[in-house]
Amino acid sequence: MAFPESTTPRSRQMPDSAAIRGFVSRNAIYFVLVLLVLGITLQDPNFLSLGTLRNILLNTATRTIIALGIGGILITGGVDLSAGRMVGLAAVLSASLLQTPEYSRRFFPDLPQLPLILPFLLPIAVALILGSINGLIVARLHVPPFITTLGMAVIVYGMNSLYFDLPPNNSQPIGGLRTDFTRVGTGAIGSGNASIPYIVIIAVIVAALVWVLYNKTTLGKNMYAIGGNLEAAKVSGINVTANLIFIYALAASLYAFGGVLEAARTGGATNNYGVNYELDAIAACVVGGVSTTGGVGTVPGILAGVLIFGVINYGLTFIGVNPYWQQIIKGLIIVVAVAFDIAKYYRRK
Amino acid sequence: MSIQNDYVLEMRNITKAFPGVKALDDVMLRVRPGTVHALMGENGAGKSTLMKILFGMYSADSGELLLNGQPVRFDNPRQALDAGISMIHQELHPIPHRNVMENMWLGRYPQRRFGPLSFVDHAKMYADTKRLLDDLQMEIDPETRVGDLSVSHIQSMEVAKAVSYNSKIIIMDEPTSSLTESEVAHLFRIINRLRSQGVAIIYISHKMEEILKIADEVSIMRDGKHVGTWASNELTTNLIISRMVGRDLTNLYPEKTNTPADVLMQVEGLTSPLPKGFKNVSFALRRGEILGIGGLVGAQRTELVEAIFGLRLMEAGRIVINDHAVTIGSPVDAKRHKIALLTEDRRATGIFPIMSVHDNTIIANLRHYANWLGLIDYAEARKDVDENVSRLRVKTPTVRTPIRDLSGGNQQKVLLARWLLTEPEVLILDEPTRGIDVGAKYEIYALMIELARRGKGVIMISSEMPELLGISDRILVMCEGRVSGILDRQEADQEKIMQLATQFMEPVASS
Repeated sequence: MAFPESTTPRSRQMPDSAAIRGFVSRNAIYFVLVLLVLGITLQDPNFLSLGTLRNILLNTATRTIIALGIGGILITGGVDLSAGRMVGLAAVLSASLLQTPEYSRRFFPDLPQLPLILPFLLPIAVALILGSINGLIVARLHVPPFITTLGMAVIVYGMNSLYFDLPPNNSQPIGGLRTDFTRVGTGAIGSGNASIPYIVIIAVIVAALVWVLYNKTTLGKNMYAIGGNLEAAKVSGINVTANLIFIYALAASLYAFGGVLEAARTGGATNNYGVNYELDAIAACVVGGVSTTGGVGTVPGILAGVLIFGVINYGLTFIGVNPYWQQIIKGLIIVVAVAFDIAKYYRRK
Repeated sequence: MSIQNDYVLEMRNITKAFPGVKALDDVMLRVRPGTVHALMGENGAGKSTLMKILFGMYSADSGELLLNGQPVRFDNPRQALDAGISMIHQELHPIPHRNVMENMWLGRYPQRRFGPLSFVDHAKMYADTKRLLDDLQMEIDPETRVGDLSVSHIQSMEVAKAVSYNSKIIIMDEPTSSLTESEVAHLFRIINRLRSQGVAIIYISHKMEEILKIADEVSIMRDGKHVGTWASNELTTNLIISRMVGRDLTNLYPEKTNTPADVLMQVEGLTSPLPKGFKNVSFALRRGEILGIGGLVGAQRTELVEAIFGLRLMEAGRIVINDHAVTIGSPVDAKRHKIALLTEDRRATGIFPIMSVHDNTIIANLRHYANWLGLIDYAEARKDVDENVSRLRVKTPTVRTPIRDLSGGNQQKVLLARWLLTEPEVLILDEPTRGIDVGAKYEIYALMIELARRGKGVIMISSEMPELLGISDRILVMCEGRVSGILDRQEADQEKIMQLATQFMEPVASS
């Protein structure tokens, strides 16, 4: 044959100990998650319970949806700093349309009872437009995603605050939400600790759909291609502009969906909802192995990243760690996780 | 039928200007179906620009493009691909984290529909890729991550990809730069088959022997202009070169005036910690000597010199300079011991693209110009820069011009100037003439010989045999990370080098 060298992937040629090391390093994130749970359990055996699991999942459900949105953008080599503000906009928009008629300080005093689907779709539609604008500016005007979405974040907050300040609301927290709406955020199948909250089910469905999108569709492949090598994507005839617009729009719609669920879960909204959620989501993604330089990232990794922060938030409070220490620990995890990830590539030298 | 239809492709009166340069000036190119049409010219002659216009990556300022006599216009590569033109890009890196088949069908994944939804059909993609690779007799697993492939396999994959479009015209821009000889022979078999199927191939290469072997017609460009088109059997290497540079080049290599003297640097038993890395490498470099290092891609030559320069770890071995064992753990140490390394990949590890020629020249020697506060004496730096720019004949509008605006050969000269300013005793050059034009090559050879004549030690890694034979005093050949032999200038020839370069390779079945 004309090609003398073997093309067997490196992993198959590795001796057993190296194969194990490779397996561990590829799946380090999941081991960290298990170790974390074990460590907290050693401190307080009561941690290991259905109630704990339920609480962690409940607290991470909307964050999962937001992280899945941002994950796609990170894979294209971009970033989205407007995610948190879009969450806030969606929360306010949906809450303003879903107050009970009896509530005294209604946003729209004369608003009739709307079908529940409308307050879900309206914020998502608005976010789709805003996300498309992000994508268009990034792809067509070549403004770096960091700048584009930073600007968008500020603009969205301004828009949201203007809306929130409309009389008669005048920047009062929006409360008195309809119970059919809040039940989406707080209800569950079953009862007690063994029950499964609706929003957890929703998050799982979203994760499954996003997994299919990443792995089974042309859009998903293109996303990896654009992040892996933009020039190669262009010369292969991929419509980079259209793909980027779609990915940014889709991400924005996921933030909006998350925002609506946040309103439902907490039973209210203010214009400061969602602030800094994008940073948490980016942290979860990079801890979950998504490369900030693009081209790399998986849905299971993102889920594990979100869960790690969920376990830390809940678990460290559970065993009584000072919240300021929790901040320091979270910061360390972000940097250490990425340092390990990058070391994988540098070790080859 | 009109005469135009003799040509599958005609580019007429193509003109293209970039800020400050006229890249193409009234260029024409006519390609017949079922032929290999070589496009030759020095770097900066406009070959790549012309091909990028053909492939829809650039738009021409004026001129016409005709396919089968019909005027066409491409605004992006998609349209060119749809019109039956595909391209193997010279500097295209694939998507390393994805596997072979995904790279292959990028932008046109086979689809499977479920009602209104459509998904990528992985099974079909695998089968199509396998069939294509088997058909081309390439032993590449469609599911291998491309980042795990060797460079030559990636280049072969790009060839397969270009073939997979079933195009009428395939542009190959330096398709053999990373291929071994047997792989080149294999590529030529593929090209011959495509040619017999009526495909026109536009073949860009700097390698004269290849051109004369495979091309039917040769078009030569110089300074953005079309010099002429000839049948390849009317041409010789010297004719091509003189038409490319616009003057007669009697010698490709300058006269050697250096004489090796006593040992300057001794390398003993250098071994990499990596399993496939270099092993037990020993050699001596003399003052006034040019030591060539030959071998195939993957022979670990670059890795070896990077270890000597402190860029890579070594597990065992030592380096002795002027009879003193030295420890080199980083390029800082290497510079202190008067070693300089001109790296292989000019763009990735050489130039700072947006910085000026001036700053690119002094960057490795800043400490020399700085006072105790760290302030740089720009007058002195400027003096050195001007001196080197004129000595090395760097063609640049001013020394303030960003280096990215220079041609490859001139960028390389600036990088040489950078290292010469550090006054090295040992100068290591990794593929110093790759991708640069004949004129600049000659000047770089002359400089190497001049440095050796002044008693410096020069190490040159090269994959071009004529170059190794042309200016080395001795040639060290590596294979699979080991030294397979060191040949004296007098005894060396291409066959001996090739034999040493494959010495430790596992025997393979031949096709």
